[in-house]
Amino acid sequence: MASTVENISRATIRFAGDSGDGMQLTGTQLTNTSALAGNDVATFPDFPAEIRAPRGTRAGVSGFQVQFASEDIFTPGDQLDTLVVMNPAALITNISDLRPGGLLIVNEDSFVSKEFRLAKLESDPLDDPDMDQYRVIKIKMTLLTRTAVEELGLTTKFADRCKNFFAMGFVYWLYNRDLQPSLDFINAKFGGKPDIAAANEKALKAGYNYGETTEAAISTYQVEKAKLEPGTYKNIMGNQGLAWGCIAAAKLSGKDLFLGSYPITPASDILHELSKHKNFGVRTFQAEDEIAAVCSTIGAAFGGHMAITTSSGPGIALKGEALGLGMILELPMLIINIQRGGPSTGLPTKTEQSDLLQCMYGRNGESPLPLIAARSPADCFQTAIDAWRVAVKFMCPVMVLSDGYIANGAEPWKIPDYDALEEIVVEHPGERSEEDPPFLPYKRDENLSRPWALPGTKGLEHRIGGLEKDHETGNVSYDPDNHEFMCKIRQEKIDKIADFIPELEVDGEDSGDLLVLSWGGTYGACTTAVSHCRADGLNVSHAHLRFISPFPRNLGTILGNFKKIVIPELNLGQLQKIITSTYGVNAEGIHKLKGRPFTVSELTEQFKELIG
Amino acid sequence: MSTELPVLRPADFGSDQDVRWCPGCGDYSILAQMKKALATQGFPREKTAFISGIGCSSRFPYYMATYGMHSIHGRAPAFATGLKSARPDLQVWVITGDGDALSIGGNHLMHAIRRNVNINIVLFNNRIYGLTKGQYSPTSEIGKITKSTPMGSLDNPLTPLSLAVGCNATFIARSIDTNAKHLSSTLQRAAEHQGTSFVEVYQNCNIFNDGAWKYATDRTTRQENVIEIEHGKPLIFGAESNKGIRLNGLNPEVVELGNGIAEDDLLFHDEQSPEPTLAYLLSRMRQPEFPEAIGVFRDIDAPIYDDQLNSQVAAAQEKNPDASLNSLFNSGNTWTVD
Repeated sequence: MASTVENISRATIRFAGDSGDGMQLTGTQLTNTSALAGNDVATFPDFPAEIRAPRGTRAGVSGFQVQFASEDIFTPGDQLDTLVVMNPAALITNISDLRPGGLLIVNEDSFVSKEFRLAKLESDPLDDPDMDQYRVIKIKMTLLTRTAVEELGLTTKFADRCKNFFAMGFVYWLYNRDLQPSLDFINAKFGGKPDIAAANEKALKAGYNYGETTEAAISTYQVEKAKLEPGTYKNIMGNQGLAWGCIAAAKLSGKDLFLGSYPITPASDILHELSKHKNFGVRTFQAEDEIAAVCSTIGAAFGGHMAITTSSGPGIALKGEALGLGMILELPMLIINIQRGGPSTGLPTKTEQSDLLQCMYGRNGESPLPLIAARSPADCFQTAIDAWRVAVKFMCPVMVLSDGYIANGAEPWKIPDYDALEEIVVEHPGERSEEDPPFLPYKRDENLSRPWALPGTKGLEHRIGGLEKDHETGNVSYDPDNHEFMCKIRQEKIDKIADFIPELEVDGEDSGDLLVLSWGGTYGACTTAVSHCRADGLNVSHAHLRFISPFPRNLGTILGNFKKIVIPELNLGQLQKIITSTYGVNAEGIHKLKGRPFTVSELTEQFKELIG
Repeated sequence: MSTELPVLRPADFGSDQDVRWCPGCGDYSILAQMKKALATQGFPREKTAFISGIGCSSRFPYYMATYGMHSIHGRAPAFATGLKSARPDLQVWVITGDGDALSIGGNHLMHAIRRNVNINIVLFNNRIYGLTKGQYSPTSEIGKITKSTPMGSLDNPLTPLSLAVGCNATFIARSIDTNAKHLSSTLQRAAEHQGTSFVEVYQNCNIFNDGAWKYATDRTTRQENVIEIEHGKPLIFGAESNKGIRLNGLNPEVVELGNGIAEDDLLFHDEQSPEPTLAYLLSRMRQPEFPEAIGVFRDIDAPIYDDQLNSQVAAAQEKNPDASLNSLFNSGNTWTVD
């Protein structure tokens, strides 16, 4: 007997278990399969900083959330429709996110007294009367997986490692997902170890078949294809998008790419990704520390490469002095900060937007730099290209901000045709002879940019450095008027970038009761919350900043057109400080510092309150 | 082609900037010998870059008519590593001092050397902080009285060459600012070496630490206190060339030639020894127990970081000659929406 199939427009599912339970892999598989089925998808992996925190404890719980939908979505979803928990610790730390009436799928085998103790629970949480609000499905996943793989003669330890595939199989049945993409994945990943491949395949199918045979009484769900813009898509994570964007930007400007980096969460995946693509002229240098990483980057920029460094807040702090040098040398490079929870070591695997002021101002002296922030995983690719375009046109390091949520989240990316991307024009001055007038390394063009003269070019030999320099020759100058002139012109150059970047667009009315002003990774939650408010008839508009230094030319005008401005941020009001001091306007803030992104519902509620 | 390339003289390597070191500073001599070494070598000016950190010595690039970068304190080896990795065609020099290289920049020095990046590092050792006006440095002797150590410094000094040996440097040498001929030939050897060349130069700061190397430079004492080492030659020193270094077990000892001790009994220098043991032993010979060695301690061939980095890129490109970004973008699972 087949279950009834219910058509729904979207579903939010979270897998939660021990760090060693393979929850990230399980979630990634469901994401890819759903994307291949034509859904729009958005993900939120959430894992502890420890690689293997003590087993069974609350600290060791790792989760992966995915929303898939038949319509455009911008977030991984607020409340869960289905929560899969592999142990009591996972249940107790995640249950509050499950909506009333939602499905709770439990690995019953781990709901035993020893596991309750590890999770610091006095009794079986499933006995709590509050559980009545959920539809609980208990499955002996460990036992059923062992039985399914029995004939392979694996040790219990190996057999038990397959139980995430069992859970995956059950969810695939529940949401009518095709097994084939994950079967292909198993073959590709474990092909060299036939036993493991066979066991995972059996576990996956066992989970699926278990649903079909034993749970036929409940209905399953179907999420139809989303109506995405025509094109070819693939799922992309933010860090991969930045890495590919940098490769593309280098090629578009006829450059090789140099990355100087030091491993740090959550930025390391950019180093890993770029290290795989040496065939595109990519050189990656794993430096001895954050300082050497940025210094080698400046060295490579001097040498004429597209040079980038990648890090997170603590690393950016260490790079501060060198960034000031990069600024005064006026060489193009990208400084990529994948923000994480701060201050200090903070919350390495959690997301936050609290490095904005650090990146804007965290250098000694008058040291302005442009700053661009990516808004979503799929936006990272274009962000890298736009940043490099500014860097070479205005001869300056560009700060590029992403965050842990964007870095590890995934969404469909419409694959561009590389040949249709606009070239990035870079010019280097040519050789000079003794008869030519002397080369002036700091003479500026109409954009106030100095020439990018490459070592190896005859007649252009020049010296650059961190000391203040004469405004044309670049020679060391302690002249007071020259110093003030240089400080002002370096600022003016950054301000001038506003002529080059697009004006800010307002989503909704150009004026009205409330403007939601956002930046970075809060884009999705703000967009969705604003659309909910508008669906309820409220006059709310939304503008999302891509460049924060400099601001788009029309930002001041837009701000003046609204009765109220609200700036939601995953910090204590950093953009809010800049906006209020720059434009002399009042702006409200919505602040969150929980290591997690905004939910759509909390924003919607607060927007509504502000309108009153 | 029979076009003759113009021959550059030492003066052609000087920039138009006024040199602003204190009159009498040992840096002047090093600058002069560097220009001479480069002119002798005949490498194009535009293909040469000097990278420095912070300190008196680090003003050096401003005075050279090559490409140059006066960077930040202690980090010059990291800038040089990036530049050389991107541009293996350039000859890259790092100019640094004892404070710059061994204090704030110790980490980068160590890693540049152990990677064997093809750069030449010249450490001007004056055993003092000059630019900040006279604090003790990592090479100052214990008990040094300075502005920051009125009761004497407490730290054990570093021996720069021992550190270089510890990082398995492939080229290690020492010279003296006032020994012009020896210095210019040492710098030339450093330039010729493939891989990291590390050269310590005893340099006098006549303002804050005058006479720090007097024992090694004074006409009346230098022959007793300095031993010039040469590959394949026995270690002989002294005004009368009558003293030598002999090995007693693992330890060196000073002996007088004659009375049954012949040259063949002495320690013979071997700069090409694959193991750095001898170079280390030589680096540990310090005053007043031993004469201090100058010359090339070590010069061996070993894989070079930037060569290998660029070889990996070339190998990847050879393996994937037709790789396009479109094929990268479309790799893995994709789906089409009509």
